[in-house]
Amino acid sequence: MDLYKVSPGPESFLPPAAAKMGNVLPDPGQGHIGGTIVPEEEAMEMAARKFLEGKVPTIFPGPLVLWHWNEKAAKKAKAIRALADAGPFRLIPMADYRPKYPKINPEVEINPNHPNLTIWHNEIDVCIFVGVHCHQANLSLKIIRGGTDCYTMAMCAQAGHEDACLSFRDATVEKIERLTWWVNKLKAEGVKSQAKEFTQFKHIPKWREAEGN
Amino acid sequence: MNKKVIPEDRKIISSTHVKIGQKNQKDQVHTEPNEFFYGVERITKFFTGSEVIQSAIKVSHCDVMVAYPITPQSEAAALIGELFADGYIGDYFRGESEFAVMGQCAGAAFGGARVFTTTAGPGTLRAMENFPMWAGSRLPIQVCVTCRGVNSPLSIQPDTLEMSYLLETGMLIWHAETAQDLYDFILKGFIVAEQPDVHVPIAVCCDGFFVTHTKDTVDILPDDVCLPPYDPYKSPVPCMDMECPPVRMMRDPFIMKSNYIHYATHASWQQEIHAAVERSRKHTIPFLDGLIDIENGDRDILIIGSGTAVSQSREAIRLLELEGIKVGLIKIKTIRPFPHEEVREALKNAKTVFVPEFNIVGWLAREIKAIVPDNDKIIAGPHVAGGMTMPSEVIVVEVKTALGLNVEKIKM
Repeated sequence: MDLYKVSPGPESFLPPAAAKMGNVLPDPGQGHIGGTIVPEEEAMEMAARKFLEGKVPTIFPGPLVLWHWNEKAAKKAKAIRALADAGPFRLIPMADYRPKYPKINPEVEINPNHPNLTIWHNEIDVCIFVGVHCHQANLSLKIIRGGTDCYTMAMCAQAGHEDACLSFRDATVEKIERLTWWVNKLKAEGVKSQAKEFTQFKHIPKWREAEGN
Repeated sequence: MNKKVIPEDRKIISSTHVKIGQKNQKDQVHTEPNEFFYGVERITKFFTGSEVIQSAIKVSHCDVMVAYPITPQSEAAALIGELFADGYIGDYFRGESEFAVMGQCAGAAFGGARVFTTTAGPGTLRAMENFPMWAGSRLPIQVCVTCRGVNSPLSIQPDTLEMSYLLETGMLIWHAETAQDLYDFILKGFIVAEQPDVHVPIAVCCDGFFVTHTKDTVDILPDDVCLPPYDPYKSPVPCMDMECPPVRMMRDPFIMKSNYIHYATHASWQQEIHAAVERSRKHTIPFLDGLIDIENGDRDILIIGSGTAVSQSREAIRLLELEGIKVGLIKIKTIRPFPHEEVREALKNAKTVFVPEFNIVGWLAREIKAIVPDNDKIIAGPHVAGGMTMPSEVIVVEVKTALGLNVEKIKM
């Protein structure tokens, strides 16, 4: 069977699951780019490069890193914030998975049931999922691939995601920091961030204004 | 496929667990799965299939078993009750019906428990609504299906028709030929189904009575080891949370909102379940030494089957060999995921292929015909059903008739 290449969409009305097309998840120490298994470092470098090339590079942190449910989660959250600052990259949270009615506010949140709304609204062209439960991440990745042209990446704490254009697995604090290291390395080598200027949040809380943030 | 999984590798990338090396409440040592299956010395026993199910559960560190009587699984369910009395199982109780049992299993699994149950025939069908619910909720529950007849008039005898109803539920479906298969499939089934990238329910099927109520030689693990505990924190969905999917999906399903994106979400959800079944190949191939077994696969005539139809075919092949007719054998171990590539490759040079089955519809032959390009060479049969045995001579007659050879009529 030929390799099913996982590329940015819009792919189709209902794109297939990459696993059904024969794509296999990476083993420990590996990642995948477009469905091809590569060494993890290669995937990390490519992720950093894609992020710096993006006009609206965005990190989607999920509940596993947004909530302080254990010490590791808190450490990961700090590492993700450092990654966001290194770009800088936007942070749009996927705080939970509840269907939002009558509609979400795509400016400040993303939801696995209709993630394309957030991508379209903010014109996000590169994104990375981190701390999202695997099932919900795969739902989002397929829907984004189906209807948008966003390049998707997934930093997974478990086995990785075939439905992302790029993914690596077993994401620890150290691996998140390694990705930040790659971003800083490429910037030091002269790769300039193509990101449009942005304000992280539409409304800056008064207490942060007072602090001068 | 960009990466071949090699059966010889015989290693599963299993979840690590902090309790590996520690003892459970019965002083059994939680053992790393690769060591558990390939490193620990086994003991040979002469057991019925029901005793085999009990022996497997004894070393599975199972949290919850829900029972309901229906032949031919009742004995196994009762024997597991003895394990509960001895302290090997966290909780054990009788449900109000098979439908209730499967719902109770879901509740326990949502709460993060390793859950096992058994059912058969009409019980499987009565519980049916729950199986796609388990899969959609990513619950790695294991149900042992001891197949029997499902339709009126009543039959408690072996028949594999019920397996055809399970095919598209989103569950893993493995079909044991022997008591040894049954023992290994139950234990390995827990590990594969609980992998974070798989995490769907598994039906370990065997042919009722032929396997459950006959004695066979089985190599089992000693009682002082057990599987590592199930780790619900590696689940691809949050544990029981009434505000989040999948639980919330059941009380506030997005399908109720009539617009395209909600339907697309449901479609993507279904795709993800079937993708999870596909992902199980990577873990199953090294563990089961491939999804199929091949004996003399280079022959022009092949028999392909699953369950005890394979045992009957093996004897038929011996009888045919005495008459100078050489036939090869292919045993299918996993029905879901179905071994498409493996079967296509194994049948590509065969001139005639027989698919003996213990059901009237020939669902396995249909599965095979759907994936083989020159499928006019597939002969769906012989079939028996409703508890009939399949004497090896019946397979011999089928083969010889198809080859245009003289056959002696079998007297009933």
